[in-house]
Amino acid sequence: MHAVVLLKQILDWEVPPQRFRIDPETKRPPDGLAPKLLGPFEQNALELALQLKQVGAVERVTALLAGPAGATDVLRKALAVRAEEAVHVEIEATDALDPSQTAALLVAALRRLESVDLVLAGRQAGDWDHGQVGYLVAERLGWPAVGLVWRAELRDGRLHVWRSGASSVEHFAVRLPAVLTVTSHADLRLRMGSVMDLMAANKKEITSWTPAELGLGVEEFAAARRLELGDVRVPELEPQCELVEGEDAADVAARILERLAELKLLERTA
Amino acid sequence: MIVAATWDVDDLGRAGCELVGAANRLGAALGAEVAFVSLAADGAGAAEAAGTHGAARAFVVLGDHAVSGSEGSVAALAELARELNARAVLLPADEQGGEVAPRLAERLAGTAVTHALAIEAADGRPVWTRPVFGGKALATVMATVEPVVATLRRGAFDPAEETGGSVSIEAREVPAGDGAVELLDSEAPAGGASLEDAAVIVSGGAGLGSAEAFSELEELARLLGGAVGASLAAVDAGWAPPERQVGLTGKAVSPDVYFALGISGASQHLAGIGSAKAVVAVNTDPDAPIFRTARLGAVMDCREFIGALVAELRRSAR
Repeated sequence: MHAVVLLKQILDWEVPPQRFRIDPETKRPPDGLAPKLLGPFEQNALELALQLKQVGAVERVTALLAGPAGATDVLRKALAVRAEEAVHVEIEATDALDPSQTAALLVAALRRLESVDLVLAGRQAGDWDHGQVGYLVAERLGWPAVGLVWRAELRDGRLHVWRSGASSVEHFAVRLPAVLTVTSHADLRLRMGSVMDLMAANKKEITSWTPAELGLGVEEFAAARRLELGDVRVPELEPQCELVEGEDAADVAARILERLAELKLLERTA
Repeated sequence: MIVAATWDVDDLGRAGCELVGAANRLGAALGAEVAFVSLAADGAGAAEAAGTHGAARAFVVLGDHAVSGSEGSVAALAELARELNARAVLLPADEQGGEVAPRLAERLAGTAVTHALAIEAADGRPVWTRPVFGGKALATVMATVEPVVATLRRGAFDPAEETGGSVSIEAREVPAGDGAVELLDSEAPAGGASLEDAAVIVSGGAGLGSAEAFSELEELARLLGGAVGASLAAVDAGWAPPERQVGLTGKAVSPDVYFALGISGASQHLAGIGSAKAVVAVNTDPDAPIFRTARLGAVMDCREFIGALVAELRRSAR
């Protein structure tokens, strides 16, 4: 089975709110605000693919990314944990893609790749947080999709997957080819590559395609857009926190319960 | 038509009322009527309630929705949206809505807008506000195509008021699927009240330090008559199952009191608790962003606080 993992490079999601800014010109965080990293859910998706390879369910893992030239760092990272191949669909750094455009590029690339059986995407990219691309890719390929998966096993030709629904853990059997979106889980923390693997990864070739090479000319690419971005702003929070102090923990706990009762937020059973 | 659809069982519930309320206001702004669709196995109660809250038409979709994952709901809504010439379809921003919205939008050659927090109509065109960068910023987006399939954050929209109207409920069936996705098992985790409906939530994060410390939240929740929540860090550490996660990538909750224990307050977490009436934050770091959102706070070790609070509640319960 050939698994393709959809990757994205995003701004470090741990940058604290106090430091976060948006450049009103570009409607994006200014360059250099924080490092750019492989998105957290993409890490989980990549790890799931590697685990499926470890147990023999997957023979080959390809990392696929649509992004500007600098984003290839995350493809190197995928090669360093032994993805077999890395494919880069290169766009201009100034292109702000909407989910439909991203899906158009990825679908065109997936059609160019050989016999793909499984596509793994993160549940959402931690920058624009749309959570759409995996599902759009599934629909455009006409493949089934299951979202928010955190465990997968190949049994009798079908992929068995587990995910957390609104109130229960759901276990599905999915016919291949299929698309999964992957969520975070303690079992899906991305492994580290060894120094040897890292060095080898830097020497590996990355396949690079332009949108035009994939049949998406400038006009087709522009026409694929379905969402226009209006304004982007950082909301201001006015702190109103009342700090509760006391002689010891018991005192603080009692005072907090008292304040909650006074504010009519919590009934005291006493 | 503006279509609002939910998976609520029995009646409309708070989230369903919010959806219908948002649909009513969008419909009024665009000069369109509202249709409600229940995608629950037994949705007659919800459909009836939608009729008394402003919906002009109400549908139930009969059959097993769950067996095909989201496919049954996507196929049923696609048929109805075409039949009703829907300009917008509004869904809850929950696990199911997040999967249905993009797939449905694609099938209707429209576009999805996820996690909407507000809708305004400008020149007959809806403008949607949604959180981006893990809730650190808010963006407005407009669709260049119709229909828009949007998921709405719980707690962000005023619920519909009763209008006294009534509708006759129309029935449709879940279209037959191709069996590509088959639900084999659905296992509800043991114990734990629903996070969405809880009046009190005790939520733990990385500051708890261990699975053992996290497990003490169960007793605290029991004493407070509440539910246990978790931050992404606690879920990633394996201390809590994913369905307990609160935040942008988890659940949006609206309790009276939200205890954030050992949670620093990453934006993605804050995005899930904006509708809580009061946040009580306990953290060793006085500069933790959670204190900017909290109503009450204590700078101390949250494990000590939990122990003390449990003891205090036990003492007063006697």
